[in-house]
Amino acid sequence: MEESISSILDRYNHDVYRLMDILIDVQSDQGFIGDQAIARIAEDLGISKADVEQTRSFYHFFSKKPTGKYSIYLNTSVNACMMGRDAVARTFEVEAGIPFNSVTRDGLIGLFDTSCIGMSDQEPAAIINGKIFPNLTPFRVKELIRDIRAGKSMEELVVEGYGDGQNSNPDIRAVVSNNIRKIGPVLDPDYKPGEVIRKKLPAMTPQQVIDEMKRSNIRGRGGAGFPTGMKWEICRKTESDEKYIICNADEGEPGTFKDRVILTERPKLLLEGMVVAAYAIGARQGILYIRHEYKYLKIYLEKLIEGAHKRNLMGKNIAGIEGFDFDVRIQFGAGSYVCGEESALIESAEGKRGEPRDKPPFPVEKGYLDKPTVVNNVETFCSAVKVLLNGADWYRSFGTTDSTGTKVLSISGDCRYPGVYEVEWGFSVNDICGMAGADDVIAVQVGGPSGSLVGPSDFDRILCYADLSTGGSLIIFNHTRDLLQDVVLNFTSFFIEESCGSCSTCRIMPVILRNKLLKILNARGAKSDISEMLEWAAILKASRCGLGQTAANPIITSIQNFRHLYDQKVRGEVRYDSGFDLTQATQEAIAATGRYTAVD
Amino acid sequence: MEKPVIATASLAGCFGCHMSLLDIDERILDLIELVDFNKSPINDIKEFARECDIGLIEGGCCLDENVHVLKDFRNHCRILVSVGECAIMGGLPAMRNGISVRECLEEAYLNGPSVRNYNENKILPNDEELPVLLNRVYPCHEVVKIDYFLPGCPPDADLLWRALTALLNNRKMDLPYEVFKFD
Repeated sequence: MEESISSILDRYNHDVYRLMDILIDVQSDQGFIGDQAIARIAEDLGISKADVEQTRSFYHFFSKKPTGKYSIYLNTSVNACMMGRDAVARTFEVEAGIPFNSVTRDGLIGLFDTSCIGMSDQEPAAIINGKIFPNLTPFRVKELIRDIRAGKSMEELVVEGYGDGQNSNPDIRAVVSNNIRKIGPVLDPDYKPGEVIRKKLPAMTPQQVIDEMKRSNIRGRGGAGFPTGMKWEICRKTESDEKYIICNADEGEPGTFKDRVILTERPKLLLEGMVVAAYAIGARQGILYIRHEYKYLKIYLEKLIEGAHKRNLMGKNIAGIEGFDFDVRIQFGAGSYVCGEESALIESAEGKRGEPRDKPPFPVEKGYLDKPTVVNNVETFCSAVKVLLNGADWYRSFGTTDSTGTKVLSISGDCRYPGVYEVEWGFSVNDICGMAGADDVIAVQVGGPSGSLVGPSDFDRILCYADLSTGGSLIIFNHTRDLLQDVVLNFTSFFIEESCGSCSTCRIMPVILRNKLLKILNARGAKSDISEMLEWAAILKASRCGLGQTAANPIITSIQNFRHLYDQKVRGEVRYDSGFDLTQATQEAIAATGRYTAVD
Repeated sequence: MEKPVIATASLAGCFGCHMSLLDIDERILDLIELVDFNKSPINDIKEFARECDIGLIEGGCCLDENVHVLKDFRNHCRILVSVGECAIMGGLPAMRNGISVRECLEEAYLNGPSVRNYNENKILPNDEELPVLLNRVYPCHEVVKIDYFLPGCPPDADLLWRALTALLNNRKMDLPYEVFKFD
């Protein structure tokens, strides 16, 4: 063990800012990160054990105890549950002989829950030792556990063949399907990556690149919609010896998986976008921050970066531009939704807990290692390349006035064609449902749990930043779904699970709201509970980051748009019910003292 | 006009809030002019003799008996007020909330240094006359509807005085920062 930790530490130059990578390697090497390993790492990096421990304890895929020779992480997302997760989970438990979140006594199999893993179009899906197993059924689970017990290797566990496109690339070999349903101008496969770097950049000054971006009116594709040109310009103007480009590929919003497909099928376009941004702001170093769930793309992407160096699309004097040096390293996360928030992502890339920072200062002024940093979404970088290739006017010819260009959507749920669609901004929810082959729709979750749950009366609303804004996740629900039980409760639990715990509002209020929701679902609800939920949810706005601020959105938007579902479940004549149950509350003490038992 | 009636109770509390009420000093004479007291440890009236206007609750619920008393207050009082930290949040007694009831009982009656060698038959008190511990300490509003919350440990005498007189005179409560600060 000592030896392997030493070589891991050597691999990252004993750099304290690479603590994430060190822990990721220790975890995958030894199956857990024990106290001994923590002490060793702390001593070597010259930090306290608590510093290492707090990073370790923050992330879902780091574990203090062994997680089994085969660590099975089964997704708990709404989509997984809709596609039969319950039966799959029960089969896992019965076959492995253990409940979830435990390891078999022989240390062979570990079963764990995990939040959305970006496979919403092929659920239920599990990650086993880093490999994705989508479209699980109870039958398939029996097979898997039988094969694991028979001592088969990870490769031998795969019987379904590898997925389409690059998924069957020898460097990936994933069972994942792309499900690309509609390709638009940004994801156009005919484009030869590198063309913009070679032909456009040498003829443009950085300021011209920024001006073109500004004229295109392109806005951030992660969901918040900040104007990209402006972000680049502020960063360019902030004086500093170092600047950084970070690509946010930590898509953790349940129902989103478009970045997975872009990383698989258009990674060169993405990397080119990062180079363009680096040229514009004057950065020499970039970080591609990818969620842990997509670690199966690691070797593939690393080789592409290597290839870019060989072709002079990265490295020194890129495309012959004197003094334009840029390199990208990949940083994996370790299972944390909040790291999709840019300042939390930066903290995480620095090897710390992924807790959002106080703002201002914004990352464009003080980001990675406190240097000016541009953080953009995968899709934003891809679009930037096309803006330069075809010009801002071309780009503005797509979409609406305030939302120019196209948006790559991840569509899942009750529809015939779940998958990835690149569409212009400006389609209505109805259009989208029609496009995905959904004809029995009672509700659509636009923008994932942090977005809104909309009903038929809103289906003619338009997808754009001014109306229904979305980072791309659309989940469709048909009449068989109980929106409160299946959707709102699941989303609220998701936020509770993923809160970093930094702000007391976000740490506590979602739990209180879930208890209230459960009370209503358990037929103990009173009318006052509904208004109280709305009233109390407002306090979440005081949270530091978007996760906390939107954690009550599933409840708020479902009350706003599906009030009748709540009204049906509360008892009209009861004005107040605390939900307190004396019988249940005294059970434990009665059992402990043996009261009310037969006296002989 | 008939005087308004006040009732008070101390549940899982330390009587500190009641002490604070007495701490309004000579204003207690004014208070008695203004109100009648019904069920309360102050006058030792054990059962509600009539409907009351204001109920003041000190302490949270740690026993089934607390729950019965609290529900009784809710049924007999027009306005119910949680007074002090324990009633509002559970307070010190709620420190046991992270520990199982069995462990609490075993520590108190079997394993604690003062009982270790004296409870030969290893009995956890189980007489039917004894109230039953709840699985955790509940703040009052998790059991019944509470209309007002007066914070503090204990709440300042001035805070109680101002809140009570405001309620009695149907005025908006005027609670300046001074009556809330505790350092």
